[in-house]
Amino acid sequence: MGVVIKVEDLGKSYIIRHQGQSGYVALRDVIAEKVKDTFSKTKHLVTNTPIPKIAAKEEFWSLKDVSFEVNQSDRVGIIGRNGAGKSTLLKILSRITEPTLGRFSTKGRIASLLEVGTGFHPELTGRENIFLNGAVLGMHRAEIKKKFDEIVDFSEVEKFLDTPVKRYSSGMYVRLAFAVAAYLESEILVVDEVLAVGDLQFQKKCLGKMQDVSQSEGRTVLFVSHNMGTINQLCNKGILLKAGRISDMGSTGDIVRRYMKSGSTNGQIERSSVSGTLVPIINFSEISINGLHSNDIYISPSNELRIGLKGVCNHDMDYFRTGITILKDGIKLFSSHNHPEPQPIKKGKFQSEFFIPKYVLRPGDYSISIFGHDNGNNRKGTEWIYGNEVLTFTILEEWDTINDFNNEGIFNLPVEP
Amino acid sequence: MAEIVNEFDLVVEPGRAEKNYWNDLWRFRELFFFLAWRDILVRYKQTAIGLAWSVIRPFLTMIVLTFIFGRVAKLPNEGVPYQILVYAAMLPWQFFSTSFSDASNSLITNTNMLTKIYFPRLIIPASTVIVNVVDFLISFVILIGLMIYYHFLPPWHIVFLPLFLLLAFLTSMGAGLYVAALNVKYRDFKYIIPFVVQFGMYISPVGFSSNNISDKLRLLYSLNPMVGVIDGFRWCILGGQSKIYVPGMILSIGFTFLLLFFGIWYFRRTERTFADII
Repeated sequence: MGVVIKVEDLGKSYIIRHQGQSGYVALRDVIAEKVKDTFSKTKHLVTNTPIPKIAAKEEFWSLKDVSFEVNQSDRVGIIGRNGAGKSTLLKILSRITEPTLGRFSTKGRIASLLEVGTGFHPELTGRENIFLNGAVLGMHRAEIKKKFDEIVDFSEVEKFLDTPVKRYSSGMYVRLAFAVAAYLESEILVVDEVLAVGDLQFQKKCLGKMQDVSQSEGRTVLFVSHNMGTINQLCNKGILLKAGRISDMGSTGDIVRRYMKSGSTNGQIERSSVSGTLVPIINFSEISINGLHSNDIYISPSNELRIGLKGVCNHDMDYFRTGITILKDGIKLFSSHNHPEPQPIKKGKFQSEFFIPKYVLRPGDYSISIFGHDNGNNRKGTEWIYGNEVLTFTILEEWDTINDFNNEGIFNLPVEP
Repeated sequence: MAEIVNEFDLVVEPGRAEKNYWNDLWRFRELFFFLAWRDILVRYKQTAIGLAWSVIRPFLTMIVLTFIFGRVAKLPNEGVPYQILVYAAMLPWQFFSTSFSDASNSLITNTNMLTKIYFPRLIIPASTVIVNVVDFLISFVILIGLMIYYHFLPPWHIVFLPLFLLLAFLTSMGAGLYVAALNVKYRDFKYIIPFVVQFGMYISPVGFSSNNISDKLRLLYSLNPMVGVIDGFRWCILGGQSKIYVPGMILSIGFTFLLLFFGIWYFRRTERTFADII
């Protein structure tokens, strides 16, 4: 079996701007930058606050010195924490973005599925979108026509084929989109975490299909997921990425085990991941769930969650409190504060705890955002600090009579005995 | 074990995408048609007004311009009904202005495709313009109506009309590609586009014949590539009364190709960073 993907010393760097939050430059800003700079310095002098150090640009290597080879019909799972460079690697391999260094060579057609339903138009019908999405993924018209019936069959949306997809349920939408991708005839398939959206049954069907494809047709699959179960089930090889570099390669079982263990030192909150007016005063340092610090926390639904947040405060403050927000798939589910009322806080270390009763969260992947605010009486408005999705955790798929498989919705509500 | 000799059919290195580019453009031709087809479907599907809009807009503009330039300013009509004089220029102008602004905004509106799928990015602005060709054809029906109403028989030159439509297409692509690429980087460019379009209408001979421009200024005036397009349209539709000013036409066409070349060059140069900064 020959090598079909050869990656040599691949690297990708981005320039990060510390000023402004938007990723793009506005012409207006370029012109105004100098003026603003002078103005803000003057303002800081007048109000007698320290002038913040401006590190205008910084080079950030999101991927560096990555080399590996993939043989034909290998199913390679790429794992790593958020920001480890998984998505960047996939984006380079699917040629969406260019590497800054190194090179890669491939043999055969590459199809990439980084998002389900790219190019879908809500106004068009299911039938029209199959053709459109097929073309977007690089299929030819004749090819789509030939496979049309199979695609429809796989997607289970036959009845709604002539309905605009804007009237589809999200499940139907995902099913249709994945069905198109499943029938792609490419030698190499690059898949990002796209299965996380569908329902459980359909996810299994898709995984089965992907396994089929690589085993019987000799196709190669590169697969990114946070779900270790899926990786274990689907892939025969694993690549573990850590801070943009390959930290380990080998059989899936080993890699997954090593990855879960390696998590135990994490939980530190990077200074760069928080923003807000309180950044100079409040320094969040560590977050944990039930004493666990890793970024791969697996918790049974029948356990309650105690989320601990540690930090340091550089000034005494009169009215301060911290809080967390729980998110699922980027959707904010709820927030909780450490106190009903803002409290005085002394200079020095502080620690807050938040509590989520058992069974409330249903199985799935969640993330936590943290915040703090100070609505002091001697200042106008509210000073704030916010860290977006600083920690992720997974509620395990353990079903019982309370966390019933057949329950619907996002939450379970505990039942009075 | 002996090393198996591999013949990789794709090698990607920084700055080496060039070689595959035009090949890829051909390979993705079907995507171009599908995207054009999508835009057409969407434009005429949902809105009842969609179809009517491409008729009402040039028609009303024509009436206003005829009133201002023909009645109030009393500019010469070159021996044809002023309505037809204006409408013959309205057609390419409308085509150019909508194509230019659609192409300029096309990358931003298709952000999700840019960041999730590889294909030669040129396809997006190019396919966006196709829907405006359909719009053009629909608006053309009004011209035929006007001709019947005024008993005006077009000259044989009209067979050259597609050439000038192509010229309008190339002009809008040239300008559109350049601004589309700038728009990705400097997002506030989108505020400039409507202004350019509005401004352009007044400096192009839409409401009046370019024969009104004095001979001294005529060559300078022809630097605007739309002058060549509009003069060409008038020559095709109005015939003998509207003569082509040859040096100006050559200058306009030359400038169009310069613009197109520059547009493609700039687009190609910045294209590979689109997904990173959009």
